[in-house]
Amino acid sequence: MIKNISNLGDAALYCDFGKEVNKEINSKVINYFKNIKKQNITGVTNIAPSYNKLIITFDLKLTNFEKIREVIKNIDLKTYDNNKNKLVKIPICCDDEFALDINRLETNLKSSKDQILKNFLNREYFCYMTGFIAGMPFLGDVNEKIRLKRLETPRVKVPKGSVGITEKFCNIYTFESPGGWNIIGNSPLKVFNKLNDKNPALVNPGDTVIFYKISKKEYENWNDQK
Amino acid sequence: MRIGMIKSNLEVLRAGINTTYQDLGRSNLYQIGIPFSGAMDNRNYLLANNLVSNKKNTPVIEFAYQGPLLKLNGEKICLAITGNVNFNILKKNLKVEKGNCYQTYYLEDGDQIDILSTNKSVYGYLAVSGGFDVELFWNSSSTNTKAKIGANNGEKIKKGNLIQILKSQKIHQLKKLNYFNTKIEQIRIIKGTNYDYFSEDGKKIFLEKKFTVSKLTDRMGMRLEGPKIENVVDTNIRSEGLIKGVIQVPADGNPIIMLSDHGTIGGYPKIGVVISADYDKLVQFQPGSKIKFKEVSLFEAENLYKIYSMETQNILNQIS
Repeated sequence: MIKNISNLGDAALYCDFGKEVNKEINSKVINYFKNIKKQNITGVTNIAPSYNKLIITFDLKLTNFEKIREVIKNIDLKTYDNNKNKLVKIPICCDDEFALDINRLETNLKSSKDQILKNFLNREYFCYMTGFIAGMPFLGDVNEKIRLKRLETPRVKVPKGSVGITEKFCNIYTFESPGGWNIIGNSPLKVFNKLNDKNPALVNPGDTVIFYKISKKEYENWNDQK
Repeated sequence: MRIGMIKSNLEVLRAGINTTYQDLGRSNLYQIGIPFSGAMDNRNYLLANNLVSNKKNTPVIEFAYQGPLLKLNGEKICLAITGNVNFNILKKNLKVEKGNCYQTYYLEDGDQIDILSTNKSVYGYLAVSGGFDVELFWNSSSTNTKAKIGANNGEKIKKGNLIQILKSQKIHQLKKLNYFNTKIEQIRIIKGTNYDYFSEDGKKIFLEKKFTVSKLTDRMGMRLEGPKIENVVDTNIRSEGLIKGVIQVPADGNPIIMLSDHGTIGGYPKIGVVISADYDKLVQFQPGSKIKFKEVSLFEAENLYKIYSMETQNILNQIS
């Protein structure tokens, strides 16, 4: 449940679900997100779920903090079944040319590439949130054996399609962007497709993701080329 | 393209520095990482469309610092420029007419409009009666170059582009508005959700010292330089949502203000949020200029926004 509601500036509500980050709390955030979305509350312009927070923005011409807070406090929460959440299988090529930080991972984790990949691939990851750049999924939790902090100096450009790890999370760079995550491979799959009007993001909060390995040749011949 | 409705186009002879199509922006997409975007300076955007009798969500051309040089091919059009902008109308007969903002002009076949620069500000707007024939993405033409969505395939307007103009159904009289962009001394803020992460000195610096707008400022964010704001709790928070106007302070102690094309998730502590009433003025601060923050309550911020919106409406009403 929401532990505290405060204002973020004059045109947003900040719902705090506590400090912890786990699937259970995040599922509550996502359930609130779905409920609020369904209600079409007057003046609400955006609902942004994250690990353990939910930010609701509104049009100050149409409503205000106090009004939205009352609605959220008294919302009649329905549980949406999770049937709509899907399992997404994502191919990645982990050849050295794509696994930009494999040496750093090997050194810092005192492990081998094979072992690291074994701990990373073919496991289920839960999508906590999507964002930062369009369609980028924040996934977890990665195996404790391959948890590492982000790069001390972030890259100015992380190539599109890169799959990165940081602490207990992993993600996919849907666009070339600055970033500091440890890059372990690259996916040829279009994870964000602006031409798909209804559902541009392949992975949405609540979905499950599995990464599986493909060869360079399969990567190059992938139909869904970028 | 709506053939038949298009009788003229603007040929881009010089693109300018950051020239894009913008409208009121797009909402309800934060959850997949898409920010509002839209015109940075909402008031000047509304005035531009109103002067040429367009509906308020008609796409306009937004430019920053140096604007484009455009040549008209085809039927006469009516246009207006808003902001604090130096521009000339170059007539086909080689006559050069100095342009005034907040005034409508006709452009005829072969005439050019040369938007030289914004004066002591960043953004200006060009609206053409009838609007531009550009595609919509999720109900908005606003170009977001980072996500590559919006008009012009998510790209800035480039040299050589032909900007198609939709024929206006209205007959236009030339209009002129007496309006001057005023500057404000202080940008008012509300305390952020991590205000208490900062040392007493850090908070004092934030609210009492001046900060300089850095060159690393664009539609995504405004970076400030000045005395460092010291964090005594944690220089990172768990990544969470961001909104425009949020002031984040990363480990180096230099604040960054999120602007209209901001990344939707961030992990730096939020020391404050710029109030809605001051956002249009904030985005017009040029690199090198000084900003001082002032704290207000939520109640004050709501009232200030009411006043600001009313003021905007009054100015719009003066355009008959």
